Amino acid sequence: MFSGFMVNTWTVATIVAVVAGVVGFFIVLRGSSFVADAVPQGAFAGAAGASLIGVSTLVGLGVFALIGALGIGWLGRRSRQDVATALALVVMLGLGALFLSLSVEYAPEIYSLLFGEVLGVSTSEVAPVAAIGAVCVAAIIVMYRPLMLSSVMPELGEARGVRSHRMEMCFLVVVALATSMSLPVVGALLIFSLMVGPPAAARSFTSKPLLAMALSVVIALATVWAAIAASYTSNWPVGFFVGALGAVSYGTGRGWAAWHRTRAARGNARPLAV
Amino acid sequence: MTDLDEEAATSLDAGTVASLSGAAMTAGQHLTGTGGDALTVDGISVRLAGREVLRDIHFTVRAGEFVGLIGSNGAGKTTLLRVILGLQQPSAGVVRIDGADRPRHAPAVGYVPQKVLLDPDMPLRARDLVGLGLDGNRLGIPLPTRRRRQLIDEMLRAVGAGLFGDERVGNLSGGEQQRVLIAHALISRPRLLLLDEPLANLDIRSEQEIVELLARVAREQQISVLLSAHEMNPLLPVMDRIVYLAAGRAASGTTDEVVRTEVLSKLYGQHVDVIHVHGRILVVAGRGDGPAEPVGEDGAHCAVPDWL
Amino acid sequence: MTHLLRMIVEPGFFGNAPVRVALLAGGVVALVSGVVGMFTVLRGQAFAGHALADIGATGGSGAFLAGINPLWGFVGIGVVAAGIMEMIGIRRPRGRDVATGIVLGAGLGLAALFLYWDATFSNTTGATISVLFGSMFVISGSTAGVIVVFSLLALTVVGLLYRPLLLSSVSTDMATVRGVPVRITGLLYLLAMAVAVSLAALTIGAILSTALLVGPAATALRLTSKTGLAVLWSGLIGIAATWLGILLAYDSFYWPPAQHGWPVSFFVVTLVFVFYLLAQLPAVGRLSGARARRARNGG
Repeated sequence: MFSGFMVNTWTVATIVAVVAGVVGFFIVLRGSSFVADAVPQGAFAGAAGASLIGVSTLVGLGVFALIGALGIGWLGRRSRQDVATALALVVMLGLGALFLSLSVEYAPEIYSLLFGEVLGVSTSEVAPVAAIGAVCVAAIIVMYRPLMLSSVMPELGEARGVRSHRMEMCFLVVVALATSMSLPVVGALLIFSLMVGPPAAARSFTSKPLLAMALSVVIALATVWAAIAASYTSNWPVGFFVGALGAVSYGTGRGWAAWHRTRAARGNARPLAV
Repeated sequence: MTDLDEEAATSLDAGTVASLSGAAMTAGQHLTGTGGDALTVDGISVRLAGREVLRDIHFTVRAGEFVGLIGSNGAGKTTLLRVILGLQQPSAGVVRIDGADRPRHAPAVGYVPQKVLLDPDMPLRARDLVGLGLDGNRLGIPLPTRRRRQLIDEMLRAVGAGLFGDERVGNLSGGEQQRVLIAHALISRPRLLLLDEPLANLDIRSEQEIVELLARVAREQQISVLLSAHEMNPLLPVMDRIVYLAAGRAASGTTDEVVRTEVLSKLYGQHVDVIHVHGRILVVAGRGDGPAEPVGEDGAHCAVPDWL
Repeated sequence: MTHLLRMIVEPGFFGNAPVRVALLAGGVVALVSGVVGMFTVLRGQAFAGHALADIGATGGSGAFLAGINPLWGFVGIGVVAAGIMEMIGIRRPRGRDVATGIVLGAGLGLAALFLYWDATFSNTTGATISVLFGSMFVISGSTAGVIVVFSLLALTVVGLLYRPLLLSSVSTDMATVRGVPVRITGLLYLLAMAVAVSLAALTIGAILSTALLVGPAATALRLTSKTGLAVLWSGLIGIAATWLGILLAYDSFYWPPAQHGWPVSFFVVTLVFVFYLLAQLPAVGRLSGARARRARNGG
């Protein structure tokens, strides 16, 4: 499991998990799960297009992820956010359907783009993934405070000179970058589970933002490692394990929070000292 | 949801509840049956997430009365209104509407909430929203009968919204939207109308117009109005009585009875001055000889006095 | 004139049985998606709609595996997922967003597994493509019948819930005070939406049915202020996009570069988006509100 070509897989998967945990924290905070779902799915169309004209998949992914993110931001100015996201997504997917039908791509390759293929990571892919991952994490660290402010209280942010629309655009670009690097590993349909499940679970365990972010990275790492190990042994798609573990960790978080709440409420049931 | 209330109401009569909760009546206010009362709030307490938001609130609203529910932001006005409507479960106390234990979703109560999602992109005209007040709970598509149209037109005219009945609600100004929402609440002919901060975000002219409209409705149609606001001055000319909410407790009576230095100081649990200037009333906190400052949100965190 | 028509509508277009079935099933599905979608947009549930469609892929791939009609897989899983989403039942928009995402993630994980099994055990090549991108021209007559029945069901539910849905979209508090059982209304609506997107998933594909759900409704919002009319427009725009898409796809058999035609889904989605962009033109916006305002200011 740890021999030869699997080393690349473990390395890339670890980078993906760290980035997903960090970026995902803000996705959950901002309530933009739909965006996290739409950008990777749209980017998938780019991969299909890249193979049609014969350029690197990573380029196709990156270009389409960026177009998608910026399209969502642009459309979001004139209609509701969720409608804008849906429209941007379906346009890209429509193009994806076209590219697929025009190219002579084999079904298994499409399948692996959608659902992930951890065993096929080559050494040449490690460096770009690491570079893009570093850029994403650095961008989040730099934007941390204004992004936090505009996520939690947009009006207050505006008052302090944080343009919430500009912040949204910057954040969407980071999501696009994170997507295009993670997509070949966990797949278009499931990168999003990794960006939503662990942070949502982490949020139930602590109220401290930085701790929640760290916890989210830890849960994401555990999810990805466990998923790869399970996928390697069972030969089942890694996406299945990522999705299932995401749901399990979220459920655990909700359960823990509920248990904590009832305990606290019982503690408070005794007369409040006035 | 209402189990607890109904239980309390059937097993205990009003007097028992009052004495059990150990509460005395507010100034000049006694629970003498509920004959002419449109609304009786009896010993309501509410805990949210372990924090006591409202504590033992008592007051009544009589038929055709215009009552202002005054308190700063966070004083619990919205929570109290939601309890009255049955949208929020109180931890203790009973609400009676028209003398009956709170009939849930009774058409006897009209409600204008504070936050309403009225996007300009919503294809919903003013008259559609008013129509939903008439039969919004019914199944099926509304049939455009003449009677329905007449009722809606009448209602729109009555609130001075006749001219913009065919416009999207989302495109209307704040004051115009308030009129439409009031028409929505009134068209089912309620006995009691509850409004949550209807004057917030209105310019001074619309503010006056809405207050006059509500006063006229209360007077002409014998509808009791309970209106929450953080500012009492616009309501002074029309308010029959006031319910002043601070630190989770309430004092009720006429404005002269309640808005006095002694009463409000006890309510807030700190010294406040009530100052009359040019027919307006200002409530300011005075701390010893320090500079006076308006009583703000901090009122809610003060220790609750063992008062009255 | 006839010549031009001939060029656009290829000879044999209406004589072709699969095309006729596609026109019927596609049209019905587009109508239902448009009508149901209007409330999806008003209630801000586009993500839930999209998630239900994607999860439909799980049912579709499961059905391939079990060897039953994919329709049942799509509809069955959609209804189950809608139930789970409502059960998690978070009212805050951001919390609801996360809950939807988790259900979606888990569903897609299952889809990955089913498709893998499809490829491994049953050797149904092309299951992935057909489940994800639809297969309008291979709908059988009997499936079309079931589609019509389900469509009528979804339309009936939305028609009955018309007023409660509208009122609770404005404000759940106002709806509750007016006597609307808000949660049951929401659940029934979610179920109707699950059925609508499942049907759309079957025709233009799981990950594209969102286009028919959201696009026509978002377009219709701009065309009129009357709610009923907007719902009607939404349905008609969906039908127009679908039929035109089918026509173009039929024509495209002779287009370069491939010799097998372009996918219907691509045309439908593109048309939906073009309609949406056209509706954003300022001239169209005037239809929906400014006219009345101008009349009022003038008079």
